[in-house]
Amino acid sequence: MSDTATNPASNNGLAVEIKEMHKWYGDFHVLKDINLAVEQGERIVICGPSGSGKSTMIRCINRLEEHQQGQILVQGIELTDDVKKIDEIRREVGMCFQHFNLFPHLTVLENCTLAPIWVRKTPKALAEENAMKYLERVKIPEQAAKFPGQLSGGQQQRVAIARSLCMNPKIMLFDEPTSALDPEMIKEVLDVMVELAEDGMTMLCVTHEMGFAKRVANRVIFMDAGQIVEENEPNEFFNNPQNDRTKLFLSQILAH
Amino acid sequence: MRGEFKEIVAFAPPASTTGAIGWLRQNLLSSPFNVLMTIFSAYLILKLVPPVLDWAVFSADFIGKDQSACTSGGACWVFIGARLDLFIYGFYPFDQYWRVNWMFALLAFTFVPQFFDAFPYKKLFGLIALIVVPVVAYVLLLGGSFGLQPVDTNKWGGLMLTLVLAYVGIVAALPIGVILALGRQSKMPVIRTICICFIELWRGVPLISVLFMASVMLPLFLPEGMNFNKLLRALIGIVMFQSAYMAEVVRGGLQAIPRGQSEAASALGLSYWKSMGLVVLPQALKLVIPGIVNTFIALFKDTTLVLIIGLLDILASVQSAIVDPAWRQVSTEGYVFAAFSFWVFCFGISRYSQALERKLHTGHKR
Repeated sequence: MSDTATNPASNNGLAVEIKEMHKWYGDFHVLKDINLAVEQGERIVICGPSGSGKSTMIRCINRLEEHQQGQILVQGIELTDDVKKIDEIRREVGMCFQHFNLFPHLTVLENCTLAPIWVRKTPKALAEENAMKYLERVKIPEQAAKFPGQLSGGQQQRVAIARSLCMNPKIMLFDEPTSALDPEMIKEVLDVMVELAEDGMTMLCVTHEMGFAKRVANRVIFMDAGQIVEENEPNEFFNNPQNDRTKLFLSQILAH
Repeated sequence: MRGEFKEIVAFAPPASTTGAIGWLRQNLLSSPFNVLMTIFSAYLILKLVPPVLDWAVFSADFIGKDQSACTSGGACWVFIGARLDLFIYGFYPFDQYWRVNWMFALLAFTFVPQFFDAFPYKKLFGLIALIVVPVVAYVLLLGGSFGLQPVDTNKWGGLMLTLVLAYVGIVAALPIGVILALGRQSKMPVIRTICICFIELWRGVPLISVLFMASVMLPLFLPEGMNFNKLLRALIGIVMFQSAYMAEVVRGGLQAIPRGQSEAASALGLSYWKSMGLVVLPQALKLVIPGIVNTFIALFKDTTLVLIIGLLDILASVQSAIVDPAWRQVSTEGYVFAAFSFWVFCFGISRYSQALERKLHTGHKR
């Protein structure tokens, strides 16, 4: 630990390292003393009641939110105000949102090739070939020429995953990827995410899909009121929760 | 339990619901109020259209050279024909008309294809129209280089001046407006304040006073001997004024785009300018096409205000011609002609924008 503090570049091979991180919205203390180390290839599921700061925390990892105190290192690069470093990190970190946030004025294929062409300077033909590969992987290559608004929610979220993958990220962040979906579409998205996990992608996933957590997570993190309350491997976490708040939360979401 | 199924062969609907009779019943006679409106409209049409047509076409005089040709009591279109040069070219030297004609031709050549979806080089022609044409027109109209005889801008006038003012206004106001709108949303207080001050200042004063200041007051503050062109000053005034309006229209569009769009762009590693240029602005501008076109049309018509600082646009040149004692009572013809000229251009802009809206409509907002 102390080694990484003095020499961030060595990083012990960690994918993400958050140290004593605090964040405020104005006067409101949203994240309190967050400490988290994520190994390469590790799959982490983050859960907790709404307003507990889970989304804010993973949005700090690609600097969609700014932290005010503490350190965040991603692939050994520290997040500061340095725009170049932020861009460098964002190229390595993909993100999927609750509301997909596909670009409605571009076709599915153009959604997938936009960043590779404009950020990575990939030639258009190569970018398209690559995009088709990922669209096949999320099982919707036949929708490539359509506009996002013509697809179902589940299809849109899969396009969003493919769009992120086209940048060849080392880490994927998922911010409640299935919360806006109808029940019958949740499975198709989770299937893609499970496959991704099995391929060894480093994943941080805010979700209430406990089945998914049991199946793929290495660790489950429970947050409440801006703090990490409990952190354990899934079996222990679900069968033997330590903290009262965790027990209450689990009893509520697993009740039916 | 139903009896044996017997297929019914499709037959025509009742005659009263289709064809001309059906259309009449549905659209003109569907309710007592509708019947009343139909009768009222028919009365208005019968009362108004024949006299107008009679004046404008049937009893009008088209051929001739001067007042003596206007004898039949209708419109004296001879007047328009006789003074058409003034209305189109102002006081531009007669032997140099070809330069103005070239400008008109260039504009038509680059703009007309924009109306046809099938034309393959639309983007290229659009870029030429926005970037190359203004430069070429500047060199061509002003002269003084490439062996062209210089023509002072106080000789410019008529339709040509109107088009120059409107075109420069439109081409410059949109990008400046976009920059101002982005600046107004900037996180940097200095940039934001500058943009807000600029917008509120220009939007808060009438265009007439801007033009007055540009032509009368500005020279008072400039050092002795330094004096730049009146047309240029008017142009700068119009561009500043309209870009402030444009900025607010564009801001409306920017605010309508969900924050998730720029967040997704950032998360993919796109820089601020790329995320604006590729993701946010294309959607925002598409959303406010009606507002942008509204501003363009207002700008086009506002150019007539330059007559108060002594520039002779098409309306002003019509006005100067109708007081000519050689012609009797031609003011109606003159104003109808000026109004029609404006209407043609504004209607064209409006139609183009509607076509653009339809084309850009990917139809499926989230």
